Amino acid sequence: MEHEVDTTLTVNGVEVRRRISARQHLVDFLRDELGLTGSHAGCEHGVCGACTVRVDGEIIRGCLMLAVQASGRRVETIEGLSDSGELAALQRAFHARNALQCGFCTPGMLLAARDLQLKNPQAGREEIRAHLSGNYCRCTGYQAIVDAIEDVLHGKG
Amino acid sequence: MKAASFAYARPGTLEEAFGLLQSADARVLAGGQSLIPSLNMRLASPQLLVDIGGIASLDCIELQGQSIRIGALVTHAQVESAAEVRKHVPMLADAATHIAHPAIRNRGTLDGSLALADPAAEYPACALALDATLIIRGRAGERKVPVASFFKGLFETDLKSGEVLVAAEFPAGGDSVFLELARRQGDYASVGLAAHRRDGALRLAFFGVGDRPILATHAAAEAKTSIGAAQQALAKDLDPPADLYHSGATKLHLARVLLARALAQWNMK
Repeated sequence: MEHEVDTTLTVNGVEVRRRISARQHLVDFLRDELGLTGSHAGCEHGVCGACTVRVDGEIIRGCLMLAVQASGRRVETIEGLSDSGELAALQRAFHARNALQCGFCTPGMLLAARDLQLKNPQAGREEIRAHLSGNYCRCTGYQAIVDAIEDVLHGKG
Repeated sequence: MKAASFAYARPGTLEEAFGLLQSADARVLAGGQSLIPSLNMRLASPQLLVDIGGIASLDCIELQGQSIRIGALVTHAQVESAAEVRKHVPMLADAATHIAHPAIRNRGTLDGSLALADPAAEYPACALALDATLIIRGRAGERKVPVASFFKGLFETDLKSGEVLVAAEFPAGGDSVFLELARRQGDYASVGLAAHRRDGALRLAFFGVGDRPILATHAAAEAKTSIGAAQQALAKDLDPPADLYHSGATKLHLARVLLARALAQWNMK
């Protein structure tokens, strides 16, 4: 039985082929094998949201998906979404509102916020809080993060 | 925390999966939102993971006769948004919004939650309230298990080694209320209630109050009398153990609060 699996996936638009250890979760693969260290491994049991990435267009926990499970799928990380400009308005608003201090949670926050923007662009503060409830920030107390997202959703960003 | 080493296989058919599940210490992997954390924390260290994610026939939500059949790969996000679910078993769609967070709901599966049988989880109580039937397959064939005999205890079900919960069937119709009290959005429930009525029959399934979801039959019988009588009778149904934050007495009180809210939503007095 195989402990390593030949895997092909697409990461930020680039096809990647690797022999991946079955036990390696996706965020470790992105960080350690591909050098994409923008996605952060925080709690590694699905609580903190720092490892949030997009797979086939939907946000997921990078620590709760095995890298081999991403076979044939399209993975997008903070690096790809930042370079493409997709997150530019949110990034500007986070900057303007001081919505980060240490920045550890920020890539996950931006991906969750972008997901909300795509699915419920009229979201109010309570809906923003609910959508971000799975992303922990240990610095800011969330107020500024919600402010930043609200600015973008409601055209003030 | 990193998972211990294991082998991985992704069968294309159930038959292939049953063959793989014969090997010692093999586990089924579907959405992985409970299994992978337990691997990462080394609470579990199976020798082999059999990923059923490639078996396309398990990714189905279908109306079959008077029931909605939900296959093993259907995620919480699908349950939340599927028109068939909203129309025929809206309780499941309501419950899905209480489960963890969007990124987890995109991966975790309804049947996986039933198979895990966490006593504080939402779907096991829904299955009990809706009187679901569990469709289990293994090498020996298929068997249908009524929900009343599926949940055996804490994280314990009627599933045998080598078997896969391939689908759950929920009778369509009736009307329902789903309520949950949690300290934060997405946390496990302190107490929850899945309430359903059909043709005058009331089923009240509480969760977070024991080692499995519990059907409150005394309270349901007294609900015809009054909300107060139903709340009183609930003590005959529930004897909740304390958790990290609440005493058993507090949990019983909270269960009574949810009961009153549910019955009030149905304009019962």
